[in-house]
Amino acid sequence: MLILTCPYCGIDADETDLAPGGEAHVTRHGADASDDDFEAYLFHKRNPRGVHFERWRHVYGCGKWFHAARDTMTLEVFGTYPAQTLVPPKTLQTKIKKKRPDWKGFKK
Amino acid sequence: MSEAVSALNGAEFNGAVRISEAGLLGMITLRGDLEDAKLAAAVKAAVGLAMPAKRGVRDGKKGSVAWMSPDELLLMLPYAGADQTVARLDKSLEGVHHLAVNVSDARAVFHLEGRGLREVIAKGSPADLSSMGLPVGEVRRTRLGQVAVAFWLSDEDHLTLICFRSVGAHVFAWLKNAAAEGTLPEFLG
Repeated sequence: MLILTCPYCGIDADETDLAPGGEAHVTRHGADASDDDFEAYLFHKRNPRGVHFERWRHVYGCGKWFHAARDTMTLEVFGTYPAQTLVPPKTLQTKIKKKRPDWKGFKK
Repeated sequence: MSEAVSALNGAEFNGAVRISEAGLLGMITLRGDLEDAKLAAAVKAAVGLAMPAKRGVRDGKKGSVAWMSPDELLLMLPYAGADQTVARLDKSLEGVHHLAVNVSDARAVFHLEGRGLREVIAKGSPADLSSMGLPVGEVRRTRLGQVAVAFWLSDEDHLTLICFRSVGAHVFAWLKNAAAEGTLPEFLG
């Protein structure tokens, strides 16, 4: 069972209160994008074993989208943060690095 | 004019706790920037209450107001005055980005009364129903069974629950089953 703290309403929301939104920080290229760019946006997801950044929506609660950083293998949640950002917060990245020294860092 | 009828027309059930459908209640969804002083003034004029804190519910003589999300409130007031209040909100918030909708007929409201109502809800909701997880006067939007609900405690023995009208009968049946006599685990005290 996964419990994520919604950064908007502060509720520790159960997995069943949430809707998953896939990988976070995926770049959606503009209208003049090439087919390759669009293919990458649609299909080339990272799906790592370990540190992963994801989008979630507090669908049964306040209805807001937010981001979460967690470990896909241990299910440890490193933290959640608002959706209005293009990269994970520095403090969160430092925290993850401390817990997972092998982690290569966040790459866009 | 047609005669307004609430979802279950005031149905009641007496089990481990008392459950009653609340009958007609005026409900207005108000969305906008909750930090905006104009919005706060409009809420004050509508139900006579100050802006609730995050996840808070305020009760007053004219009505109540509940915090539903960072940009949404639910105003509750007598059924007959809802349309008028929406018109007044729209007028006083002219030029301010907002949305006010009368949702009175789109919701069903239940009152639960008695010891152990935390346990009745806990049977089907992933929310933390302990007194630490859900203090009195705090609204929680979550699931009950398979459907979306919002509920709050006005004191330890009184809970109000709101759901969509379309699932009102289902929620009532669900609550009756969960509140059957002698089925409470007596874990939450």
